[in-house]
Amino acid sequence: MAEQRRLRLFRGTREHGELKEYQVAAAEGMVVLDAVHAIQAEQAPDLAVRWNCKAGKCGSCSAEINGKPRLMCMTRMSDYQAGETITVTPMKAFPVIKDLVTDVSWNYEVNKRIPAFQPRAPDAPDGTWRMYQYEVERPQEFRKCIECFLCQDVCHVLRAHEKHAEFMGPAFLVRAAVYEMHPLDEEDRRSYLRESGGIGYCNITKCCTEVCPESITITDNAIIPLKERVVDANYDPLAALWRKLTG
Amino acid sequence: MTDIRTHDYDVVVIGAGGAGLRAAIEASAQKAKVALVCKSLLGKAHTVMAEGGAAAALGNVMGEDNWRVHFRDTMRGGKMHNNWRMAQIHAQEAPDRINELEAWGALFDRTPDGRINQRPFGGHTYSRLAHVGDRTGLEMIRVLQDKAVHSGIDVHMECTIVRLFAVGGRIAGALGYFRETGRFVLFKSGAIVVATGGIGKAWQITSNSWEYTGDGHALAYEAGAELIDMEFVQFHPTGMVWPPSVRGILVTEGVRGEGGVLKNAAGERFMFRYMPDMFKGDFAETEAEADAWVKGERKKNRRPPELLTRDVVAKAITREIAEGRGSPHGGVFLDIASKQAPDYIKQKLPSMYHQFKELAQVDITKEPMEIGPTTHYMMGGVKVDAETQEATISGLFAVGEVGGGMHGANRLGGNSLSDLLVFGRRAGLYAAGKRGGAPGIPDAEIEATMRAALAPFENANGENPFAVQSALQTVMQRNAGIIRDKSGLETALAELENLKGRARKSGITGSREYNPGWHTAIDLRSLLIVSEATARAALERTESRGAHTRSDYPDSDERQVREQIVIKKEGDRMIVRREAQPPLPADLMKLIKEGS
Repeated sequence: MAEQRRLRLFRGTREHGELKEYQVAAAEGMVVLDAVHAIQAEQAPDLAVRWNCKAGKCGSCSAEINGKPRLMCMTRMSDYQAGETITVTPMKAFPVIKDLVTDVSWNYEVNKRIPAFQPRAPDAPDGTWRMYQYEVERPQEFRKCIECFLCQDVCHVLRAHEKHAEFMGPAFLVRAAVYEMHPLDEEDRRSYLRESGGIGYCNITKCCTEVCPESITITDNAIIPLKERVVDANYDPLAALWRKLTG
Repeated sequence: MTDIRTHDYDVVVIGAGGAGLRAAIEASAQKAKVALVCKSLLGKAHTVMAEGGAAAALGNVMGEDNWRVHFRDTMRGGKMHNNWRMAQIHAQEAPDRINELEAWGALFDRTPDGRINQRPFGGHTYSRLAHVGDRTGLEMIRVLQDKAVHSGIDVHMECTIVRLFAVGGRIAGALGYFRETGRFVLFKSGAIVVATGGIGKAWQITSNSWEYTGDGHALAYEAGAELIDMEFVQFHPTGMVWPPSVRGILVTEGVRGEGGVLKNAAGERFMFRYMPDMFKGDFAETEAEADAWVKGERKKNRRPPELLTRDVVAKAITREIAEGRGSPHGGVFLDIASKQAPDYIKQKLPSMYHQFKELAQVDITKEPMEIGPTTHYMMGGVKVDAETQEATISGLFAVGEVGGGMHGANRLGGNSLSDLLVFGRRAGLYAAGKRGGAPGIPDAEIEATMRAALAPFENANGENPFAVQSALQTVMQRNAGIIRDKSGLETALAELENLKGRARKSGITGSREYNPGWHTAIDLRSLLIVSEATARAALERTESRGAHTRSDYPDSDERQVREQIVIKKEGDRMIVRREAQPPLPADLMKLIKEGS
């Protein structure tokens, strides 16, 4: 008989829930999502869990594994000791819908409010632009974001202080950074970032960078440069003008 | 009526992958009031997993490219079975659709002179795929998603449609349920676009996620629309095979586009032995020639045989394994480590590097990958008009993977992302033109649909729907996989008949709120329809062509090349008939025969 692994899963809703223990047969290369699926298929068909690609590309199966925000599909069972019970709970920064599924709709509302991309006039008569690889690489890093919202989950401004109404969170600072650092973009998002986006709430503890499954350097490459732009725009108009002129 | 929320829209788009998003954006641009309904959260559709790129004859890397060559490649790749007009429109409009994405914020990789870079891919004569490393689909879906949410489109997430209503041959609405609450919703609309993707969940080994249960195919079929080409299921040559938990996950064709080679257990680069007559002379005949091409000497040398079309490569791999030359875990080897430098591999194929490192503990810059075929893409789908994507029901449109005809018997890599954009835009445009005039839906039909959806709750002691789904996948994998024959397909049909009974009697416990057992029971109904349609069409096509291979009819039969297997519901029966497609115009035929 195959080796058995023990898991404790949160079962329940916003109002009421508990950790329930299950056993599954271990298989080679198994990830936590496989174990959850095995429980769902054989023991608890109504166990709610989100997933899609199962390859770390869609960001659907976010949860907390032994308290750490992670993608279930990219967490191997073999990363935990054989006798260890693995505890899987829903993301804490969002309201639970059921079991491992949380209500992440707030994130979509935040994204909608970020001022949209506005390209400069085309560079060539055929309506196309010229951009160079070295220019696109910077925003391309932020485009790796798979919207798993793990960075939102770990961020203490949202997780502990529940400042959802005032702070857009690291995921959408990364989104804003895509466009702010896009070689073609002409929109100015600085007042938005400072006022509605609440960029000042971030005190650069870098927890977001640590949990990003796509290894985006969220704090150093996205948030800090955005903070600098916002500060420049607010306290030193000459520097802001200089920045605009020199890129 | 109680327990149902009702909305009125000019256009309802079901499915929010590339095709659905593009359709919704276009319909909205035509000032239609648009709903976008998706089974998962927005931005999680399968487009997000597309890796290699979007094919468009931009000619940025190789100036010789133009729509004619792209059209010719697409038709030859589809083994001349394609709807020629769709293939032509696609090749002509793809460049504009790609450039348009750039205007909406896409960040494609660049050529040295600052234009969109293009990479080589299977079956494409020239370097043609606009790409972003190996995460092109993610870029595309994010660009379209941001464009859509800034266009005033209403997005209904985690909402599964269970029925389309057609009244007097005219589309009238769609009924679905929200996963979160289990509550029903009715969308009344005279223009509905299905963009629900494929049917890959009907097989055991698949690159497709839980969503791809053929909902759009089944919804359209149940509403009376015709399906075509259901025998043509693409098995992608390169899926992961080890460890078991990742079996089927896609390994991009970009690995071969960037120079990766296929080897059997004896270390032999076997693809040189599998050159079909149609492509003789177009590909390298020695390793030295293929290697020179990879190094960039593309004028004097021809492409490596690893870049043959997917149907050819998948069958070659299957044969190598069957004849005992496979890898330890039942695949073959895909090796890029010996062909490209580690830094280059990490730059061009970052997510492949990550995926193998994390899930298989294989460093692809040092070791070969073990790969084998995986169910990937449905060429067949709803029969549509080439110009408008309208189905045989007025006001119903089908686009992307759920639309049939464009790819013929085999799709070229990279032609899906461009298909989504080209025909997504057209579907949105023509759907917006069809707004208004939705007939009323009889209350009794709405009530009956809701009752049928809730039936699994009546059978608390019924069989677990996950067990029935798993049995269906076993049947299809065994009897309707890459290599088929009459007796296997007949077995599949008999077993599916049995599974229909089991599905009807399956039951669930728990509440209506986010209950995956219930969702699976409902999805099974679609899976059974598309599985049966695939098996029936495969039985009817007595030849091998493209992705459809019959061991009892191993050759292509030129009399069947333009014959289409059409499937339609009549009463409670699935009717199969043959229909001749219109012949190609002489100028296009000449183009295909003689090259551009």
